[in-house]
Amino acid sequence: MNVEILSGVTVQQYIWLSAILFAIGVFGVLSRRNAIIIFMSVELMLNAVNLLLVAFSRMHADTAGQVFVFFTMSVAAAEVAVGLAILVMLYRNMKTVDIDVLSKIKE
Amino acid sequence: MEITEIIFYILAFAGVVSALVTVTAKNPVYSILSLVVCFFTISAHYVLMNAQFLAMVNIIVYAGAIIVLFLFVVMMMNLNEIPEMAKKLAWKLAAAVGAGGLLLVFVASLKVTDDLIQATPDESIGMIHTLGQVLLGDFLVPFIMTSILLNSAMIGAVLLTKRENKLQKA
Repeated sequence: MNVEILSGVTVQQYIWLSAILFAIGVFGVLSRRNAIIIFMSVELMLNAVNLLLVAFSRMHADTAGQVFVFFTMSVAAAEVAVGLAILVMLYRNMKTVDIDVLSKIKE
Repeated sequence: MEITEIIFYILAFAGVVSALVTVTAKNPVYSILSLVVCFFTISAHYVLMNAQFLAMVNIIVYAGAIIVLFLFVVMMMNLNEIPEMAKKLAWKLAAAVGAGGLLLVFVASLKVTDDLIQATPDESIGMIHTLGQVLLGDFLVPFIMTSILLNSAMIGAVLLTKRENKLQKA
Protein backbone atom coordinates (compact mmCIF):
# COMPACT_ATOMS: atom_id res chain seq x y z
CA MET A 1 0.00 0.00 0.00
CA ASN A 2 1.32 3.40 -0.91
CA VAL A 3 1.00 6.27 1.51
CA GLU A 4 1.32 9.70 -0.01
CA ILE A 5 3.00 12.21 2.27
CA LEU A 6 3.28 14.88 -0.40
CA SER A 7 1.06 15.15 -3.44
CA GLY A 8 2.59 12.61 -5.80
CA VAL A 9 5.38 11.47 -3.43
CA THR A 10 4.90 8.37 -1.27
CA VAL A 11 6.68 7.54 1.95
CA GLN A 12 8.29 4.57 0.16
CA GLN A 13 10.21 6.99 -2.08
CA TYR A 14 11.63 8.69 1.00
CA ILE A 15 12.57 5.30 2.47
CA TRP A 16 14.43 4.52 -0.76
CA LEU A 17 16.24 7.86 -0.74
CA SER A 18 17.24 7.49 2.92
CA ALA A 19 18.42 3.91 2.39
CA ILE A 20 20.55 4.97 -0.60
CA LEU A 21 22.11 7.87 1.31
CA PHE A 22 22.77 5.58 4.29
CA ALA A 23 24.39 2.96 2.05
CA ILE A 24 26.62 5.64 0.48
CA GLY A 25 27.68 6.62 4.00
CA VAL A 26 28.49 3.00 4.86
CA PHE A 27 30.51 2.72 1.67
CA GLY A 28 32.43 5.87 2.60
CA VAL A 29 33.26 4.54 6.07
CA LEU A 30 34.49 1.23 4.69
CA SER A 31 36.40 2.44 1.63
CA ARG A 32 38.31 5.54 2.79
CA ARG A 33 41.48 5.89 4.85
CA ASN A 34 41.26 9.57 5.77
CA ALA A 35 39.65 9.76 9.21
CA ILE A 36 38.00 13.11 8.43
CA ILE A 37 36.22 11.68 5.38
CA ILE A 38 35.06 8.78 7.55
CA PHE A 39 33.62 11.31 10.00
CA MET A 40 31.81 13.03 7.14
CA SER A 41 30.36 9.70 6.01
CA VAL A 42 29.02 9.16 9.53
CA GLU A 43 27.38 12.61 9.33
CA LEU A 44 25.84 11.57 6.02
CA MET A 45 24.35 8.45 7.64
CA LEU A 46 22.95 10.52 10.53
CA ASN A 47 21.33 12.88 8.02
CA ALA A 48 19.78 9.99 6.08
CA VAL A 49 18.15 8.76 9.29
CA ASN A 50 16.99 12.30 10.15
CA LEU A 51 15.32 12.60 6.74
CA LEU A 52 13.47 9.33 7.27
CA LEU A 53 12.36 10.40 10.76
CA VAL A 54 10.88 13.62 9.36
CA ALA A 55 9.11 11.68 6.60
CA PHE A 56 7.57 9.28 9.14
CA SER A 57 6.70 12.18 11.42
CA ARG A 58 4.74 13.71 8.56
CA MET A 59 3.10 10.40 7.72
CA HIS A 60 1.88 9.85 11.27
CA ALA A 61 1.18 13.56 11.89
CA ASP A 62 3.25 13.25 15.08
CA THR A 63 5.65 15.87 16.43
CA ALA A 64 7.75 13.33 18.37
CA GLY A 65 9.71 12.38 15.23
CA GLN A 66 10.78 15.95 14.58
CA VAL A 67 11.73 16.48 18.23
CA PHE A 68 13.88 13.35 17.97
CA VAL A 69 15.61 14.79 14.89
CA PHE A 70 16.36 17.91 16.94
CA PHE A 71 18.05 15.79 19.63
CA THR A 72 19.95 13.78 17.01
CA MET A 73 21.35 17.03 15.61
CA SER A 74 22.58 18.21 19.00
CA VAL A 75 24.21 14.82 19.67
CA ALA A 76 25.84 14.98 16.21
CA ALA A 77 27.21 18.44 16.97
CA ALA A 78 28.70 17.22 20.26
CA GLU A 79 30.11 14.13 18.55
CA VAL A 80 31.81 16.17 15.84
CA ALA A 81 33.34 18.59 18.35
CA VAL A 82 34.87 15.81 20.45
CA GLY A 83 35.82 13.65 17.46
CA LEU A 84 37.62 16.43 15.64
CA ALA A 85 39.41 17.37 18.88
CA ILE A 86 40.68 13.78 19.13
CA LEU A 87 41.76 13.91 15.49
CA VAL A 88 43.63 17.18 16.01
CA MET A 89 45.36 15.65 19.03
CA LEU A 90 46.29 12.54 17.01
CA TYR A 91 47.56 14.66 14.16
CA ARG A 92 49.82 16.62 16.49
CA ASN A 93 51.40 13.43 17.80
CA MET A 94 51.46 11.25 14.70
CA LYS A 95 51.42 13.78 11.84
CA THR A 96 48.80 11.69 10.04
CA VAL A 97 45.05 10.97 10.10
CA ASP A 98 45.34 7.83 7.97
CA ILE A 99 43.46 5.13 9.90
CA ASP A 100 45.49 2.27 8.40
CA VAL A 101 48.67 3.91 9.68
CA LEU A 102 47.08 4.75 13.03
CA SER A 103 45.89 1.16 13.56
CA LYS A 104 49.48 -0.11 13.22
CA ILE A 105 50.64 2.18 16.03
CA LYS A 106 49.02 0.19 18.85
CA GLU A 107 51.55 -2.20 20.32
CA MET B 1 3.48 14.27 -12.77
CA GLU B 2 2.88 16.70 -9.97
CA ILE B 3 5.20 19.60 -9.28
CA THR B 4 6.18 18.28 -5.83
CA GLU B 5 7.15 14.96 -7.39
CA ILE B 6 9.41 16.70 -9.94
CA ILE B 7 11.03 18.75 -7.17
CA PHE B 8 11.47 15.60 -5.10
CA TYR B 9 13.30 13.80 -7.90
CA ILE B 10 15.56 16.78 -8.68
CA LEU B 11 16.48 17.15 -5.00
CA ALA B 12 16.95 13.40 -4.54
CA PHE B 13 19.22 13.20 -7.60
CA ALA B 14 21.31 16.19 -6.46
CA GLY B 15 21.54 14.75 -2.94
CA VAL B 16 22.67 11.30 -4.05
CA VAL B 17 25.21 12.69 -6.55
CA SER B 18 26.71 15.09 -3.99
CA ALA B 19 26.84 12.28 -1.41
CA LEU B 20 28.71 10.11 -3.91
CA VAL B 21 31.16 12.95 -4.61
CA THR B 22 31.65 13.33 -0.84
CA VAL B 23 32.79 9.75 -0.35
CA THR B 24 34.83 9.46 -3.55
CA ALA B 25 36.55 12.85 -4.01
CA LYS B 26 40.35 12.77 -3.69
CA ASN B 27 40.64 16.28 -2.26
CA PRO B 28 39.02 16.58 1.21
CA VAL B 29 37.98 20.19 0.49
CA TYR B 30 35.85 19.02 -2.46
CA SER B 31 34.36 16.37 -0.19
CA ILE B 32 33.36 18.99 2.35
CA LEU B 33 31.88 21.34 -0.24
CA SER B 34 29.77 18.58 -1.81
CA LEU B 35 28.66 17.57 1.70
CA VAL B 36 27.33 21.13 2.08
CA VAL B 37 25.32 20.65 -1.14
CA CYS B 38 23.97 17.36 0.22
CA PHE B 39 22.91 18.98 3.50
CA PHE B 40 21.19 21.79 1.62
CA THR B 41 19.19 19.31 -0.47
CA ILE B 42 18.14 17.54 2.73
CA SER B 43 17.06 20.91 4.15
CA ALA B 44 15.05 21.48 0.98
CA HIS B 45 13.37 18.11 1.57
CA TYR B 46 12.42 19.33 5.05
CA VAL B 47 10.87 22.47 3.55
CA LEU B 48 9.01 20.26 1.08
CA MET B 49 7.61 18.24 3.99
CA ASN B 50 6.67 21.48 5.77
CA ALA B 51 9.20 21.00 8.60
CA GLN B 52 10.36 24.60 8.49
CA PHE B 53 11.94 24.69 11.93
CA LEU B 54 14.12 21.64 11.23
CA ALA B 55 15.10 23.00 7.82
CA MET B 56 16.46 26.15 9.45
CA VAL B 57 18.16 24.22 12.28
CA ASN B 58 19.69 21.83 9.74
CA ILE B 59 21.24 24.69 7.80
CA ILE B 60 22.45 26.50 10.93
CA VAL B 61 23.87 23.46 12.72
CA TYR B 62 25.22 21.41 9.81
CA ALA B 63 26.12 23.89 7.09
CA GLY B 64 26.93 26.64 9.56
CA ALA B 65 28.74 24.93 12.39
CA ILE B 66 29.77 21.35 11.63
CA ILE B 67 30.97 21.94 8.07
CA VAL B 68 32.94 25.02 9.11
CA LEU B 69 34.58 22.92 11.83
CA PHE B 70 35.51 20.26 9.26
CA LEU B 71 36.86 22.88 6.87
CA PHE B 72 38.87 24.45 9.68
CA VAL B 73 40.49 21.15 10.63
CA VAL B 74 41.30 20.23 7.02
CA MET B 75 42.84 23.64 6.39
CA MET B 76 44.81 23.42 9.64
CA MET B 77 46.22 20.00 8.80
CA ASN B 78 46.93 20.94 5.16
CA LEU B 79 45.32 17.68 4.11
CA ASN B 80 44.55 18.94 0.62
CA GLU B 81 48.28 19.02 -0.11
CA ILE B 82 49.09 15.51 1.11
CA PRO B 83 47.50 12.90 -1.19
CA GLU B 84 45.56 10.19 0.64
CA MET B 85 46.82 6.64 0.21
CA ALA B 86 44.08 4.61 -1.47
CA LYS B 87 42.78 1.36 -0.07
CA LYS B 88 43.32 -1.82 -2.05
CA LEU B 89 40.88 -2.40 -4.89
CA ALA B 90 39.68 -5.65 -3.32
CA TRP B 91 38.89 -3.78 -0.10
CA LYS B 92 36.97 -1.11 -2.03
CA LEU B 93 35.04 -3.81 -3.86
CA ALA B 94 34.22 -5.47 -0.53
CA ALA B 95 33.03 -2.09 0.79
CA ALA B 96 30.77 -1.62 -2.24
CA VAL B 97 29.35 -5.14 -1.85
CA GLY B 98 28.80 -4.56 1.86
CA ALA B 99 26.99 -1.26 1.34
CA GLY B 100 24.95 -2.73 -1.53
CA GLY B 101 24.01 -5.71 0.62
CA LEU B 102 22.86 -3.38 3.39
CA LEU B 103 20.71 -1.46 0.89
CA LEU B 104 19.26 -4.79 -0.30
CA VAL B 105 18.37 -5.75 3.28
CA PHE B 106 16.64 -2.40 3.85
CA VAL B 107 14.60 -2.67 0.66
CA ALA B 108 13.80 -6.34 1.23
CA SER B 109 12.56 -5.60 4.74
CA LEU B 110 10.26 -2.99 3.20
CA LYS B 111 8.53 -5.78 1.26
CA VAL B 112 7.46 -7.72 4.34
CA THR B 113 6.22 -4.81 6.43
CA ASP B 114 2.56 -4.51 7.34
CA ASP B 115 0.39 -2.05 5.50
CA LEU B 116 1.20 1.51 6.41
CA ILE B 117 -1.59 3.51 7.94
CA GLN B 118 -1.75 7.19 7.20
CA ALA B 119 -2.93 9.65 9.82
CA THR B 120 -4.87 12.70 8.76
CA PRO B 121 -2.23 15.16 7.55
CA ASP B 122 -1.48 18.03 9.89
CA GLU B 123 0.35 20.95 8.28
CA SER B 124 1.21 22.66 11.57
CA ILE B 125 3.46 20.00 13.13
CA GLY B 126 6.68 21.28 11.58
CA MET B 127 6.17 24.86 12.75
CA ILE B 128 8.22 26.34 15.56
CA HIS B 129 5.04 27.15 17.50
CA THR B 130 3.95 23.52 17.75
CA LEU B 131 7.45 22.11 18.17
CA GLY B 132 8.27 24.62 20.89
CA GLN B 133 5.19 23.57 22.85
CA VAL B 134 6.23 19.90 22.68
CA LEU B 135 9.94 20.57 23.25
CA LEU B 136 9.36 22.59 26.40
CA GLY B 137 6.43 20.46 27.54
CA ASP B 138 6.72 16.68 27.11
CA PHE B 139 10.43 16.74 26.28
CA LEU B 140 11.60 19.29 28.86
CA VAL B 141 13.98 16.95 30.73
CA PRO B 142 15.74 15.64 27.57
CA PHE B 143 15.97 19.23 26.38
CA ILE B 144 17.82 20.26 29.55
CA MET B 145 20.00 17.14 29.27
CA THR B 146 20.99 18.31 25.79
CA SER B 147 22.42 21.50 27.23
CA ILE B 148 24.49 19.45 29.70
CA LEU B 149 25.67 17.22 26.83
CA LEU B 150 26.69 20.16 24.66
CA ASN B 151 28.43 21.83 27.59
CA SER B 152 30.42 18.72 28.46
CA ALA B 153 31.29 18.16 24.79
CA MET B 154 32.62 21.70 24.58
CA ILE B 155 34.69 21.31 27.74
CA GLY B 156 35.90 17.91 26.53
CA ALA B 157 36.98 19.28 23.17
CA VAL B 158 38.92 22.11 24.79
CA LEU B 159 40.51 19.75 27.32
CA LEU B 160 41.51 17.20 24.67
CA THR B 161 43.32 19.76 22.58
CA LYS B 162 44.78 21.68 25.50
CA ARG B 163 46.32 18.93 27.61
CA GLU B 164 48.47 18.03 24.62
CA ASN B 165 50.25 21.37 24.84
CA LYS B 166 51.22 20.85 28.45
CA LEU B 167 52.62 17.39 27.72
CA GLN B 168 54.71 18.67 24.87
CA LYS B 169 56.23 21.38 27.00
CA ALA B 170 57.01 19.04 29.90
